[in-house]
Amino acid sequence: MTDLQFLTWVRGPGLGIAVGIFLLGVLWRLFEIYSLGRSKDLSAPRRTPGASGLHTVFRRSLPPPGMLKRSPVSYLGGYIFHIGLAIVVFGFAPHILLIRNLTGLSWPALPSQFVDLAAVVTMAAMAVMLADRVNKPAKRFLSTFEDWFTWAATFLPVLTGWMAVQHLLLPYTAMLALHILAVEILLIVLPFTKLFHAFTLFGSRWYNGKVNGHRGVPV
Amino acid sequence: MSASLEKGIRALKEVIDAPIASYFNSCVHCGLCAEACLFYTETGDPKYTPIHKLEPLRRIYEQEYTLLGRLKKKVGLAKAVTDDELDQWQELVYDSCTLCGRCSAVCPVGNDIVYMVRKFREGMSASGHAPEGIKSAVSRTVAIGSPMGVKLPAVLAQMKHVEADYGIPIPLDVEGAEYMVVLSSMEIINFPEYLGAVARIMQQAGKTWTLCSTAFEATNAGIQIGNSDLAKVIVSRIVEGAEKLKVKTVISPECGHAYTALRWEGANLIGRPFGFEVQHIVEVLDEFQRQGWLRTEGFETDKLTFHDPCQLVRRGGVIRQPRTLMHSVAQNFVEMPDAGYMNWCCSGGGGASAIEEGEALRLEAFKKKKTQFDAVRPDRVVTACANCRIVLEESLEHYRMDIPVIGLTELIAEHIPERNKPEGV
Repeated sequence: MTDLQFLTWVRGPGLGIAVGIFLLGVLWRLFEIYSLGRSKDLSAPRRTPGASGLHTVFRRSLPPPGMLKRSPVSYLGGYIFHIGLAIVVFGFAPHILLIRNLTGLSWPALPSQFVDLAAVVTMAAMAVMLADRVNKPAKRFLSTFEDWFTWAATFLPVLTGWMAVQHLLLPYTAMLALHILAVEILLIVLPFTKLFHAFTLFGSRWYNGKVNGHRGVPV
Repeated sequence: MSASLEKGIRALKEVIDAPIASYFNSCVHCGLCAEACLFYTETGDPKYTPIHKLEPLRRIYEQEYTLLGRLKKKVGLAKAVTDDELDQWQELVYDSCTLCGRCSAVCPVGNDIVYMVRKFREGMSASGHAPEGIKSAVSRTVAIGSPMGVKLPAVLAQMKHVEADYGIPIPLDVEGAEYMVVLSSMEIINFPEYLGAVARIMQQAGKTWTLCSTAFEATNAGIQIGNSDLAKVIVSRIVEGAEKLKVKTVISPECGHAYTALRWEGANLIGRPFGFEVQHIVEVLDEFQRQGWLRTEGFETDKLTFHDPCQLVRRGGVIRQPRTLMHSVAQNFVEMPDAGYMNWCCSGGGGASAIEEGEALRLEAFKKKKTQFDAVRPDRVVTACANCRIVLEESLEHYRMDIPVIGLTELIAEHIPERNKPEGV
């Protein structure tokens, strides 16, 4: 298979398969989780301003009192690589073009030098997070194969994309094909690994906020 | 009641709901919950990471409620939960968790971890892996009526003492009283000043109140061990007593878990809303003060701080009230770092103080509390939970720290003007 054939495959059937598995996987997983339901709370509620599911969905994006100091790497590294990923995925002109072709939606792109910088910063932050996972006793203790695997599955699309743009190591066509393949792997594993927190995080925060909001505690 | 692994697994399957499923799927192993847990921060042992304390529950969830997990189980790739494993987890689920809820307050993806620990205990208790100390507290509560084996005659005797000391009659089984007061056996045995304080406060506020001869014990070890059936039996006594006496409000005593049991879990345990209100004594005092029914005079001049019981603040929403009350009677009231919503546990909540073999660990974890005390160096500590109080007293003594611990209700009562005549409302 030539580079061009490889690229044609990942752009065509490969992308179709990956997006299909991703969409069905997400729908199935959401159904599997939230159809379990929960019983109604019969205790008399206490109303307190700021105590609700929706409040917690937003509030939990900020570190609770004292936590930033206790675990600065987790918070700062976490913010940087999540925001960096968002910039790279949704701000890079070719990505927006792809999304427009698939869905018809489009928006203005960010300058490519800026996206380039964001990619480098994102990778650096992810490397720091990986080191933190190795160094911090609690994090290392919790880590399983899935933690290392999902780190790689998230890192490789950024790395290959950046290398393709920079024309590093491999010819552009081959690197671009690898980049798309890496994204497809990410899409396929996302619904079935901890990466699914990208979806369930909203439900989790909402439940926590709702259950404790019933008690009048703004969590 | 015989316990078995099978029953335990069945109980675990039953407690899993959408929130738990959502929580397990959201965990990214960031380890931040460890930083919020005093058993981890003080020992540095990663096995005390809160989310890890739920590992058997997570596997049951995965193997029973996810497609991939069920497939893995079918082809023999799933590791089944065993008796040995649950036995190992006993220390993690009971000794090293006071249900303080700090983990749930910090989890960045929003997991309510303590909600899951509470539910996990249902399976631990059904499979026979609860600690002996809590087991016997539960059986004493079910058989005798209180975790410390207190019977009605002990309550009657204390009523007599209080009547003699304060010259105020203590009402018993008065139908139609506005408030029904329940006690924790710790208060009956160790802190009799609580009942006297309540009597003085009610007299000044001019409120009708009563004790109940069939429901004087407020604590609920069924909640701590994680057995909803027994917790229901225990809470039903109060519900029946309150409905029989047709009271408007039941006042939960200075006890964190009694409040959680009655205020938040009670209605869910019996399967219907209560026909009466439930308030913690601190909420009642705050309301009396705001309405002008409770007047105090004079101030404490030594340096006082307030220890927030976890079940009252993080798990109960009573955060502002104790502070208002403290300021009304203390000139030199200082807050500890992290006080209020993020306060650190006394290290003996959630039934932990009843576990003998957990004592060394508990004292180690208390170092967190010690750090808080060291930061403000109070002359006395005020709290609103008899269990916190006894754990603080014992731990302070262990570390040779000479800081007396007192209850907020009695502190307030001490500032009620003498010879106060009852006044109508």
